[in-house]
Amino acid sequence: MSPTNAYDEFTKGIWKENPVFVQVLGMCPMLAVTNSAINAIAMGLATFFVLVGSSTLVSLFKNFIPKQVRISCYIIIIATFVTVADYTLQALIPEVHKELGAFVPLIVVNCMILGRQEAFASKHSVGFAVVDALGTAVGFLLALFTLGGVREILGNGTLFGLSLFGPHFEPWVVMLLPPGGFLMLGLLLLFFNWLKEKKDKAIAELATTEGGMA
Amino acid sequence: MDSQLLWIFISALLVNNFVFSYFLGLCPFFGVSGKLETAFRLGLASTFVMLITAICTWFLNTYILIYAPYLRLISFIVVIASTVQFVEMVIKKFSPALFQALGIFLPLITTNCAILGFAIFATNRGYNLLEGIIFALGAGGGFTLALVLMAGLREENELSNVPNLMKGTAMSLIIAGILSMAFMGFSGLFSA
Repeated sequence: MSPTNAYDEFTKGIWKENPVFVQVLGMCPMLAVTNSAINAIAMGLATFFVLVGSSTLVSLFKNFIPKQVRISCYIIIIATFVTVADYTLQALIPEVHKELGAFVPLIVVNCMILGRQEAFASKHSVGFAVVDALGTAVGFLLALFTLGGVREILGNGTLFGLSLFGPHFEPWVVMLLPPGGFLMLGLLLLFFNWLKEKKDKAIAELATTEGGMA
Repeated sequence: MDSQLLWIFISALLVNNFVFSYFLGLCPFFGVSGKLETAFRLGLASTFVMLITAICTWFLNTYILIYAPYLRLISFIVVIASTVQFVEMVIKKFSPALFQALGIFLPLITTNCAILGFAIFATNRGYNLLEGIIFALGAGGGFTLALVLMAGLREENELSNVPNLMKGTAMSLIIAGILSMAFMGFSGLFSA
């Protein structure tokens, strides 16, 4: 896997290798905080900061970190950035921080972040590591926002606290509760599988018709 | 006092099950729940790590972190990583067979959010040493229970005819959703 150009590295994290919908990583924060769009975005931004920061640092120090203890080193770097993010959120938006609760410190064990360090940042130059981290983080943010938005719309009839359907809408309370998270993510994955299958079929059909014409 | 301890245990085991209501430890939950046997063993190993972590975090909280609260996260993760390393060495020495069976999942307990989540919850709620240990037993038991239930269901699922699109994670997520709904029923247990 050698990076060809920065644009490809950036977009692959958003769509083709989306951390949530394709690789199914980082599920714990994904499900736990997505009961409203605003929480999902706060979590996405915090993860964004941690991922980009630690990718940069890991990539800078990759020649100094001994192979045997690399995982511990990565985790300590990540934990440092998470501590910064935790205190920053607490200072800037205390209400959201309170709702996210223990899940901000838990970014440390988000397997997606450690995965990027091990698979990419520790092997590539700083520029590519940052681009890769940006792409993955944006992909994660989009996924969080999709799930958070859908759950808030269905479960509460609102988006960012604004009412969408008027007073006669009967909210699906289950969507805000834990089972709704599991079910909705399952359905979204189904949808993505379906899209992928459709695309594969289209490509296969195109190949056969072109083969027939030749 | 006794009923308080019982409540901590039941709450962590059933009502606020780590997997089904806090979404903690989902990676091993979906990754390892293919086989009943492995799922059960991983659950036990995680419970043991939680137990050690409970004792260590209590010491850290009481004697060190009051002077340097910003080190909390880093010190917790270091404690967990070294405990896992220690457990790994012990299991390798005394039961090579179990070590073989657990394979890669043993070191991966380090990045299991259930363990770190447990340490943070125990700290936030200000549990003392005994309460922490009971909480560890409940949370670990709940995690094991969730893993075993899921593994059993997925073993059955192997034999049934599932639409192609649903295969894999989508199916597991929907099963987890239904299980989670069932566990919500336990929330009525203590309100009376």
